[in-house]
Amino acid sequence: MAEEVLLFGVWASPYSRRVELALKLKGVDYKYIEEDLTNKSPLLLKYNPIHKKIPVLVHNGKPIVESQVIQYIDEIWQGYPILPKDPYERAIARFWAKFIDDKCLPGAFKAYLGEEKEREKAVEETWEALKILEEELKEKRFFGGESIGMVDIVANAIAFWLGVFEEASGVKLLTREKFPKLTNWSHEFVSSIVVKECLPPREKLIAYFRNRFGGANASK
Amino acid sequence: MADEVVLLDFWPSMFGMRVRIALAEKGIKYQYKEEDLRHKSELLLKMNPVHKQIPLLIHNGKPVCESLIIVQYIDEVWNHKSPLLPSDPYQRAHARFWADFVDRKVYGVGRKLWATKGEEQEAAKKEFLEIYKTLESELGEKPYFGGETFGFVDLSFVTFYSWFYVYENFGKFSMEAEFPQIVAWVKRCMQKESIANTLPDQKKIYEFVLKLKKIFGLE
Repeated sequence: MAEEVLLFGVWASPYSRRVELALKLKGVDYKYIEEDLTNKSPLLLKYNPIHKKIPVLVHNGKPIVESQVIQYIDEIWQGYPILPKDPYERAIARFWAKFIDDKCLPGAFKAYLGEEKEREKAVEETWEALKILEEELKEKRFFGGESIGMVDIVANAIAFWLGVFEEASGVKLLTREKFPKLTNWSHEFVSSIVVKECLPPREKLIAYFRNRFGGANASK
Repeated sequence: MADEVVLLDFWPSMFGMRVRIALAEKGIKYQYKEEDLRHKSELLLKMNPVHKQIPLLIHNGKPVCESLIIVQYIDEVWNHKSPLLPSDPYQRAHARFWADFVDRKVYGVGRKLWATKGEEQEAAKKEFLEIYKTLESELGEKPYFGGETFGFVDLSFVTFYSWFYVYENFGKFSMEAEFPQIVAWVKRCMQKESIANTLPDQKKIYEFVLKLKKIFGLE
């Protein structure tokens, strides 16, 4: 039976772009379906009834959702290693992926998209989290070492979306002064040929968020 | 070289219990160190500087944090017996999804149930019942969440059993009446030595919570 791989995503979302990146690194052919989150498709609700969110990967009719997708992709398709082989290194990779998802991203999004009164605190919290991440990067080219790994993939929002938020709002979060290593890493990451294919068009994304930020400020 | 395994933990923690059960299932000898969370040890602060939390496993001097990450590590290193995760990648993704669901939903709502009062508590109770209903539905007619055998999802959730009396008491409902399948499943799990010997007595946890409420002025 021919393999069928579907990906339900949203063009502007770093979460669905992560899955695209994992699939591209493995050289997997897939069909992409753009979702309108204001009008979720019956298929999306069928495949992810619990959380009703993108991204959803459907492999031969079976859905995989949430942060499990990237590990699933790594386990099913051989070739490019997304997670390390050594169990200890894998535990470390899982730890940092969780740290980014739990501590870095929520604060970063709140700093730009949250309630006005919460934003300053969110900026402080995100700076603290990014500082810890900067220390973990050390002198490595990527979190995965010489090549992009799971932690780099999960950190895609930091590498690309934060810069976009800055241009769209004027508020700086990831500065070179505070985070020289993360800044260098961001450039390396977004310059990679495979990653470039999995990023939304920058100008379009800036316009999109400028619009969203404008809306958030207007509702004061 | 003999393996050196140390577990830094706190006896009422349902997260720590997961690791204790995993170690017992695999027959791993380890040194248990009880942490006083109000006076964390130098070792804990040094080995888990990011979160400063238990449980923390130290294997031959190298620290592993976060209970579900620790359990997966244990399963991958000591892979000769009692597999905790399924071998099929799809089943594995499914197991990780539900363990993640337990992590994200079950702890928080349980805490709100005993730590709050009035309207907030009522809202927590409603949410609690919904979340457990979802879990009961996922369990269905299966003997375990993992199917025929005890697995990763069972491990991630069964440790909350020691807290059921706390939830029933503060939420004013009966787990058996609301969730008969979950209670039957728990009793099935408790027939396993690794679980029966690990989970603290429900009354002890209840006394612990009463003390906690006093300390934090939550009465």
